[in-house]
Amino acid sequence: MSEIAIHQANGAAPVVSARGAKVNLAAPLARFSFRGPEAACVKAGPAFRTGLPTTPLSSSHTQTRAALWLGPDEWLLLAADGSAGQIFGVIEAALGDTPHALVDVSERNTALIVSGPRAAWLLNSQLFLDLDDTVFHVGMATRTLFAKAEIVLWRTGKDQFVIECWRSFLPYVAGLLAEVARELEVA
Amino acid sequence: MLLIHCPYCGVERPEIEFRYGGEAHIARPAEPSKLSDEEWAEFLYMRTNPRGLMAERWRHVHGCGRFFNAIRDTVSDRFLKVYKAGEKRPDMKKLAAEAAQ
Ligand SMILES: [Zn+2]
Repeated sequence: MSEIAIHQANGAAPVVSARGAKVNLAAPLARFSFRGPEAACVKAGPAFRTGLPTTPLSSSHTQTRAALWLGPDEWLLLAADGSAGQIFGVIEAALGDTPHALVDVSERNTALIVSGPRAAWLLNSQLFLDLDDTVFHVGMATRTLFAKAEIVLWRTGKDQFVIECWRSFLPYVAGLLAEVARELEVA
Repeated sequence: MLLIHCPYCGVERPEIEFRYGGEAHIARPAEPSKLSDEEWAEFLYMRTNPRGLMAERWRHVHGCGRFFNAIRDTVSDRFLKVYKAGEKRPDMKKLAAEAAQ
């Protein structure tokens, strides 16, 4: 499976650049939290063009959009094309009066792209998940804890992960990654 | 580290992702205003607090967000079974017998 590239590095210098692991801030995206029962899910999926995955911990994506399963009735939608307002309108129009909740969270989250052969090692300094790519394979996504901050982790390549976290948690998450990455230089 | 199986995510996750939700299968009375103070207190405060197997509510708060139920041994802290909210309480005697083997 090729790498998923919805998130692009924002062009600034990497937050972490160590031997075997690099962390970049991602460029802004349109993001939505979508919640609803199956009747809403089957309408929102085609409207967003990715379909909403129903398999736990999975994601579906196109070239520029992705839908991440967060719970049985909850998804995180990411879009690198179009404005949040326009996408919001298209989904709302498709749903009509089907009960659901669609919230624009574009500004709530920021994302970090963690890449390189030691990316999983770097993440495992704070994450209690088995990140072997046969267990947590490319395309898998989950909400979890990174030390004490809640994040959404998405594997976008064999050696590439995306951390979606609330922007107020970002200095904490990026700071911990930078601190641990110093071990890669010493080793 | 204690690992708990989430019936919605279908995987084991560390305890830190979960939050305890008290005893399971306690239904809120349909018409609280018709209860006596004693009956209302019974619903609010009285719990079985057993030594051994207990049906409990747990929430995968830092994961899928869902509440589910679990049978846990309060002595050994072992989880014997997890099941989705709304499903019937499993046969506790059978579980206890299986666990004793
Ligand atoms: Zn879960």
